[in-house]
Amino acid sequence: MFLRNALRAATALTLVTAATAQADTITIATVNNGDMIRMQGLTEEFTKATGHEVEWVTLEENVLRQRVTTDITTKGGQFDIMTIGMYETPIWAKNGWLVALDDLGDDYDVDDLLPAMRDGLSYDGTLYAAPFYGESSMIMYRTDLMEKAGLDMPEAPTWEFIRDAAVAMTDKENEVYGICLRGKAGWGENMAFLTAMSNSFGARWFDENWTAQFDSAAWKDTLTFYLDMMDRAGPPGASNNGFNENLSLFQQGKCGMWIDATVAASFVTNPNDSSVADKVGFALAPDTGKGKRGNWLWAWALGIPAGTDNEAAAKEFISWATSKAYIELVASKEGWANVPPGARTSLYENENYKDIPFAQMTLKSINSADPLNPSVDPVPYQGVQFVAIPEFAGIATEVGQEFSAALAGQQSADEALEKAQALTVDAMEAAGY
Amino acid sequence: MARAVTNQRKAINTAFAWAIGLLIFFPILWTILTSFKTEAEAIASPPYFLFFDWTLENYAVVQERSNYARYLWNSIVIAGGSTLLGVIIAVPAAWSMAFVPSKRTKDILMWMLSTKMLPAVGVLYPIYLIFIKMGLLDTKIGLVVVLMLINLPIIVWMLYTYFREIPGEILEAARIDGATLREEILYVLTPMAIPGIASTILLNVILAWNEAFWTLNLTAAKAGPLTAFIASYSSPEGLFYAKLSAASTMAIAPILILGWFSQKQLVRGLTFGAVK
Repeated sequence: MFLRNALRAATALTLVTAATAQADTITIATVNNGDMIRMQGLTEEFTKATGHEVEWVTLEENVLRQRVTTDITTKGGQFDIMTIGMYETPIWAKNGWLVALDDLGDDYDVDDLLPAMRDGLSYDGTLYAAPFYGESSMIMYRTDLMEKAGLDMPEAPTWEFIRDAAVAMTDKENEVYGICLRGKAGWGENMAFLTAMSNSFGARWFDENWTAQFDSAAWKDTLTFYLDMMDRAGPPGASNNGFNENLSLFQQGKCGMWIDATVAASFVTNPNDSSVADKVGFALAPDTGKGKRGNWLWAWALGIPAGTDNEAAAKEFISWATSKAYIELVASKEGWANVPPGARTSLYENENYKDIPFAQMTLKSINSADPLNPSVDPVPYQGVQFVAIPEFAGIATEVGQEFSAALAGQQSADEALEKAQALTVDAMEAAGY
Repeated sequence: MARAVTNQRKAINTAFAWAIGLLIFFPILWTILTSFKTEAEAIASPPYFLFFDWTLENYAVVQERSNYARYLWNSIVIAGGSTLLGVIIAVPAAWSMAFVPSKRTKDILMWMLSTKMLPAVGVLYPIYLIFIKMGLLDTKIGLVVVLMLINLPIIVWMLYTYFREIPGEILEAARIDGATLREEILYVLTPMAIPGIASTILLNVILAWNEAFWTLNLTAAKAGPLTAFIASYSSPEGLFYAKLSAASTMAIAPILILGWFSQKQLVRGLTFGAVK
């Protein structure tokens, strides 16, 4: 009798536990962009399939970064899934703050993830965040202005060609500027662009012994080239321009070329927002013939903080949101142009997606970036447009301020590089490198 | 004797005051106008001022995407709760400093004010850890307490200034008539300082309503007020200015309306004791 009751109790407990497990509520912290908002709209499909409820916390990118960093370092437990990037993933994984994502289910097809994305979101060969969408950077240019200048944009141009084309396209009287580039200070702003650009000039942040390299000829070449080109063909006030400012200029027909995130391609070709939607061409980011191009690599990915109570449900969500089936779900509801790009190889093999004008250039750009070997010479760090160490964000923001001041004409390239070298050396020494 | 002011001088003063007023109000006006534009019109250069295709589309999108009512309710509870709690604590504190000062009163007042000089981020981690231990993360009560503590120095200072304008003899008379301390504060001091207390409450409700550091850092999915609502529409990659403006307009509308209706009270309170 006792045994039977005990068995009944055990069965009931198991059922209750199972029922509880099937009806978790997971909280997800994420950024505000089109793909993430679309995912929120489709969450009902996930709830219908699994029974799990989802609560969203949507924040601006920099606020989100501060918010989730505070929570994960203090083990606050406020989020079951965090939207993080390629910068945070290896650092947090190294600290043991993230759950390994090596068991996302049999149907997940982890080998289908683009290799560059998988590498950038892994630590010691293990995936710690699953890419929801990925991006690189590329050239977006005005086909009409290029034609007017009597030039043909190659698929893979050099920096010299870009500079000459920018100068030829510039018509300052009519407020048309040959090139629009990031100038606003910040590690994710001008330093993302300049670090990626410096790779193509053979520069690097640190040598294999973690010695700062701003005193190298390659960095001098990078910065002087950038400042000279922006001086001759850039818009006024460029030291205040970030992604949105340049997007606005390009959409209003004031930029001949813009080198920035591949995700911008969908904005500049959208006739509802862009006055030049039907006159945009795409090309790979430039190089100098040294074997590396000046494009970056970034992914917004979903990771699970270690210690969450809802790990199983969180994994189910990540498996759903970053799967091939999710891409097809978005395509069926909102069209192929709106599926999250840059995460899976199979998307670029899909016949329906091949018609999207910027799809193949996005893929080529992503594939040409290597987060493990970002520059010409070997480096001791991971990351294309950043260095995946905790100190980088602070150092790069200060360096970015020096470079932005040089762009604003407040100091020379030499002065900016000298200060950058000094502050980087100081910060790295203080950090124990 | 009042100084004679010519009509011309009066007109210049009025025009100057209007110009300053419009200058201060312009960013809010621009936000409101932008909220009725399309995203393309919102970034147009030269910008459209009034002649564009007015649309409610942004409000519809914001309404569909976010649970505005929940954010609004959280804002009301957090701003109202923290202010009321602050006033309840500050009235006796200000009373004692205004009417029974000791030689350390000035130092205490300065010390209280000095807490406002510390950058908030300097105590983010300690407060976050305390909140974890006490289970207060993402709760309205946690934010009520934190915002009350943050605004308490201002409340005490304001009330102290108002109380100092009230003659101590009146309170003394009440004591002679047999009023207890509670009755003295509640039935004699408070009614006399109503304009000052009202403006203190209004100003602190506005401060708490607009507070965007703690309300973003200590909340997640449940207790986020309207500041979190606005933050969810800001994006460094993508031009969503019209939607952001619509969200901002919805967030500031309640406090703007409150300020509009209570402006007389606010001005009266802020100038209380200034004119003898």
